[in-house]
Amino acid sequence: MKGKGQLNYWKSEYIGRALVTFCGLLIVITTLSIIVFICGKGIQSFTESGISLKEMLFSTEWKPSDSDPKYGAVIFIVGSTLVSIGAVLLSTPIALALAIFINFISPKFGSAVLKPVLELLVGIPSVVYGWLGVTILIPLLRESFGGVGFSLLAGIIVLSVMILPTITSIASDALSGVPFSYLEASYGLGSTRWQAISRVIVPAAKTGIFTGIVLGLARAFGEALAVQMVIGNAVKLPSGLYSPTATLTGILTMDMANTINGTAWNNALWTLAMILLFISFLFIFLIRMIGRKGER
Amino acid sequence: MWKKSVKFGIAALLITGVLAGCGKSDSTAEGNADNGEAKQESYSGTITLAGSTALQPLAEEAANEFMGKYPNVSITVQGGGSGTGVNQVAAGAVQIGNSDVPSAEKLEDKSKAGELIDHKVAGIAFAIVVNKDVNVDSLTLKQIQDIFSGKITNWKDVGGKDEKINVINRPASSGTRATFEKTVMKGVKINEAIGTVQDSNGAVEQAINSTPGSISYVAMSYLIGEKKDLKTLKIDGVEPTVENIKTEKYPFWSYEYMITKGEPKDAVRGFIEYVKSEEFAPKVKEMGYIPMSELE
Repeated sequence: MKGKGQLNYWKSEYIGRALVTFCGLLIVITTLSIIVFICGKGIQSFTESGISLKEMLFSTEWKPSDSDPKYGAVIFIVGSTLVSIGAVLLSTPIALALAIFINFISPKFGSAVLKPVLELLVGIPSVVYGWLGVTILIPLLRESFGGVGFSLLAGIIVLSVMILPTITSIASDALSGVPFSYLEASYGLGSTRWQAISRVIVPAAKTGIFTGIVLGLARAFGEALAVQMVIGNAVKLPSGLYSPTATLTGILTMDMANTINGTAWNNALWTLAMILLFISFLFIFLIRMIGRKGER
Repeated sequence: MWKKSVKFGIAALLITGVLAGCGKSDSTAEGNADNGEAKQESYSGTITLAGSTALQPLAEEAANEFMGKYPNVSITVQGGGSGTGVNQVAAGAVQIGNSDVPSAEKLEDKSKAGELIDHKVAGIAFAIVVNKDVNVDSLTLKQIQDIFSGKITNWKDVGGKDEKINVINRPASSGTRATFEKTVMKGVKINEAIGTVQDSNGAVEQAINSTPGSISYVAMSYLIGEKKDLKTLKIDGVEPTVENIKTEKYPFWSYEYMITKGEPKDAVRGFIEYVKSEEFAPKVKEMGYIPMSELE
């Protein structure tokens, strides 16, 4: 009897524990191997193909198919940065307004309609966003501004719709986390509702809102397909908002399948992937920093 | 019951063994290699093809017909791009890699290229396409070179109306673009700073249809069927037809390659020969490619 009881105890305690430990280790190992693999591949540009790090990071010449190939990644880094920052600048005010509306102006309508709508927005696949961009946004831009329509601006607009739900939901959580006493206190001091929201609640939720913005930025940076479909992919620095350019993710999706493992071109693409990885590390680091600052 | 399951088990083992064997030795013919006549009728095994999306529709059609003739053969055709095709066949992951360019042109490591054998299986013609509003019917090679290198920027300079030329390119790694550079541009550099880049034939079609004054290039095989919306231009007054390519009047075409690692054997050899055969030639022509029998 006693033996059976022990067995049951063993089962209930250790099997579950082993399983979750295993899953935990598995995810750590997977993440580490991905990082090691991408870095290992990315470094080959410098170790095997003889591309200089300086050229990669500071040259705007990307001519991998020339007889004298050039592998400067500046165009793509700048392109990705501009399109992401543009999207965040466009999206953040709207997201913040939505978050305030959901929490303070009309919580009922917010939770019954707005939140589900935002969740739907998250569920739409990026290829659909890209397709909508190509069929609706591009002709619209062309009719209003002339030219081809494929441009940085089109990329920014498509991305801003895609990251809107991310920023909104995190900002909304941050706002709802502000203690109710803050609101009561500012009412007590004779503030109007809007004064309380804009002077007290939003500043108090600053950390959370920044986290949302950085997460949105990270998502925008990593998005490939939708942007690639509308940005024009011209390998040049944009001359303005309404000029086509290319992004890190865009050049990866276009050229990865058509280059051969081990060639300088393919290695250079891996290096672009590595750069992308480092940039996303930077974002994660930023979020951590913001979080730590918020705790203090 | 017990007996049955043992039998089933043995059968399953045998099948697995046969399949595993196929994987290793590319494929197995049931007939004795010395017995030529029996071999004709008894191809079996599995063949996997991967690579060029330009060749994919033809390879799929050939696979269907070949499997109809030899029911013991199972063929899978995958896309992925020419680079993927060469990568996969060099790694031994597939038996046939489809490519728009010879393997030696893609590989840097020439020792690896020695193992790979290129089989020309068909010709593919490409056409210069423009938006329907462009009232030009033919361009000279020189004019096309000037347009894509950015020297000519208005249709009125080549006999059209006063309208800006919007150049649309394929990515630098694309096989279609490689052929365009080799046979049409002939060493004149495509100017990356003008125009936009689209990832596929489909994306080019979409962009050409919706952008006034646009010009690009697509595979003729893509223009077959319902996609007649695009306006094709003559080059030096010559239309992209099989006859004009045979008599070397029309320059913009290339071979499509099926690449094997080492000499192909049995079903793989049979399949490649079938694609090139007189028997399959009418279908090749119908699908917008050029049969090998017409080119040799």
